[in-house]
Amino acid sequence: MKKLFGAAVLLLAAAVATAQEPKPAAQAAPAGNAETGATLWRNVGCWQCHGYEAQGGAAGPRLSGRNLPWTGFSAYVRRPANQMPLYTEKVLPTTDLAHIYAYVQSRPAPAQNVPLLQK
Amino acid sequence: MARKLSVDRRNFLKGAAVTGAAALVPDAVTAAAQAPPAEAGQAARPAAATAAREADPVVEVAGETTARPGGDFMVDVLKSLNIEYVASNPGSSFRGIHESIINYGGNTMPEFITCCHEESSVAMAHAYFKVEGKPMAVLAHGTVGLQHAAMAIYNAYCDRVPVYLMAGNSLDATMRRPGVEWAHSVQDAAAMVRDFIKWDDNPYSLPHFAESAVRAYKIAMTPPMMPVLIVLDGGLQEDPISPEVAPRLRVPKLTLAAPPQGDSGAVAEAARLLVNAQNPVIVADRLARTPAGIQRLIELAEALQAPVIDQRGRMNIPSRHPLNQSESAGQQIANADVILGLELTDFWGTVNAFRDALHRSSRSRIRPGTRLISINSVDLFAKSNFQDFQRYPEVDVAMAADAEATLPALTEAVKRLTTDDRRRAFQERRTRLEEAHARARQASKAEAAHAWDASPISTARMAAELWNVIRAEDWSLVSESGNTSGWAFRLWDFEKHHQHLGDSGGAGVGYGAPAAVGGALANKKHGRISVNIQGDGDFLYAPGVWWTAAHHRIPILTVMHNNRAYHQEVMHIQRMANWHQRGIDRHHIGTTITNPNVDFAKIAQGMGVYAEGPITNPRDLAPAFQRALAVVKKGEPALVDVVTQPR
Ligand code: HEC
Repeated sequence: MKKLFGAAVLLLAAAVATAQEPKPAAQAAPAGNAETGATLWRNVGCWQCHGYEAQGGAAGPRLSGRNLPWTGFSAYVRRPANQMPLYTEKVLPTTDLAHIYAYVQSRPAPAQNVPLLQK
Repeated sequence: MARKLSVDRRNFLKGAAVTGAAALVPDAVTAAAQAPPAEAGQAARPAAATAAREADPVVEVAGETTARPGGDFMVDVLKSLNIEYVASNPGSSFRGIHESIINYGGNTMPEFITCCHEESSVAMAHAYFKVEGKPMAVLAHGTVGLQHAAMAIYNAYCDRVPVYLMAGNSLDATMRRPGVEWAHSVQDAAAMVRDFIKWDDNPYSLPHFAESAVRAYKIAMTPPMMPVLIVLDGGLQEDPISPEVAPRLRVPKLTLAAPPQGDSGAVAEAARLLVNAQNPVIVADRLARTPAGIQRLIELAEALQAPVIDQRGRMNIPSRHPLNQSESAGQQIANADVILGLELTDFWGTVNAFRDALHRSSRSRIRPGTRLISINSVDLFAKSNFQDFQRYPEVDVAMAADAEATLPALTEAVKRLTTDDRRRAFQERRTRLEEAHARARQASKAEAAHAWDASPISTARMAAELWNVIRAEDWSLVSESGNTSGWAFRLWDFEKHHQHLGDSGGAGVGYGAPAAVGGALANKKHGRISVNIQGDGDFLYAPGVWWTAAHHRIPILTVMHNNRAYHQEVMHIQRMANWHQRGIDRHHIGTTITNPNVDFAKIAQGMGVYAEGPITNPRDLAPAFQRALAVVKKGEPALVDVVTQPR
């Protein structure tokens, strides 16, 4: 377990560097519905590694609160550079991915001034 | 073997039937002195035995008792080894020594710990060692107990932890009770586990037992430390100590071997590389065998002002030490020109990345020319069948030595080679690392605020709330089987050796719960608050260990990381589905623990453990943790079930 965790930590550093690398011309996200996206997020497994709230963890980086551009976001899901398994158009159509993107974008901002985290 | 004394003792006493009588003198004197009262309840005995007794009751009873069975001498030897506890699920193959421990030995040193599964016994002993620094014993019953124990033995082996294993067996086939005793007997008991223990023996006599018992202890405690096994023949345990063997019985002296230090030439070369490096990095895994290991690592790190990455096989460096750069491990490794690996399980995996894709691939994480130095006691002892040794690491300096024992010499050599120029450069490095450390701490806290109010509860929130409740105590994180994204390590202040016990070693699920109880057993006499972050899948392997905790009044605060799944496997199945393109939404089949949800509080309560939950609202955590802590402070186990995010 420790090894897995250690590996993941190392990966995260690599991931942030690679995720947005293939930079096709920036595009606006197709219209997506955050609620539909929430259901899809759970059905197709994004929650497993990124958390139900896209808050991230040892198995995948935080996606919430980062305002990742659609272009990089969708490109990464189609062609992940590292540990994330790829999602093809066949199993996750772009319309569904757009809903997922809307869900990620709609995640609340982190809690502010949490006393437990000030100590 | 020793069962020879029991060859139809009644006939022997009548002067019939036995040849070679010189070897078969029963302990007649003692038996006579301890003439038992006339036996009650004979009617309940099998007819043949009853008939025999009625025919010759006096002789029968006199020959059937002994005041000095072999098991007593075994207890003498165990006492000399200072073994505090013996964990065991009771079994008839060791009933002799069991009775000797509780009656002759007074159930102290060792004291019996009743377990509900041998995997629990061994995992308890495993974690106990990591707190106490000395082995705990386990008794396993014949073929069945040892097989139950096997997985936990493998974990201890992979984790380089000594466990003092004893297994009962009945070697003399003609003396076995028909039926079950046959199924529980075996020619070569240790064969079942020999691939993943360091040494075993099957003593033929009590003097042989004495030597092997002491030798086993010494071997187990010599780095690399590992479990050892002594097989105890039933006859040897139960039969009287014969007058001819009695004078030969003595407890051999135990002198532990000094752990092996690195060769002085290799130490000098390592020091030269480290001192001259621009970006040396120290990586520690199963380094700190004892509290001294922490201090020695700090001394070396400060002599170089080099970053330390803790892979957490043991508690190696305080989380607040400014040179602790574990949070930026990837970056440190990528920038390093010299890497010193201290008792690494996987040096190759430390310096290479491996991609789990349909076409598996790997790439180096390090710059070309980066020099690698390894100090690892495992280089002194290797086995081939079980593949826990990982990929072959191509290092530049390899010391087959105990790293903790080698560090002082290495630090001295580093200091001798350090010029004023180098010292100035080290100091600058220190300043940079201090800043990076402070930034990483802040980043962790900022990260923890995400999904703070979520339900299922975030693992960061759970760790932060738990920390707030225990931070003022003398606490010990006895187990962390929960895969909580390392939040405890990011938010808590680990400082002392007993505050973190590493992990299972072999990643055999089911270690967490019993290890937690074993660690807590060791912490008990020190008055520490043992804390356990418990995975739900792990809990379900052998939950009887919570009864053991309640029965033996072992104080431990358990917080369930209840993500209702074998979550690692959920992710693996998702990966397969994504690769194979036949649907990506059935990852839950065969991997989740829902429908029905397990009520862990009820299970614990049913075993006499105070328990609350399931808790789904993060605001309910703090009061629940407080109530549970109050129970633990009274000396009892307590459990709080928290429904959590997956990782
Ligand atoms: C099995 C684990 C896993 C699953 C399932 C998974 N991811 Fe990832 N994801 C990762 C990891 C790990 C990374 C970090 C980069 C890497 O290693 O590939 C990542 C990275 C990303 C990134 C790039 C983030 C950045 O830093 O730029 C995006 C976007 C992303 N994932 C979206 C998704 C979406 C959307 C889904 C579901 C459709 C999903 N992921 C499912 C593990 C996973």
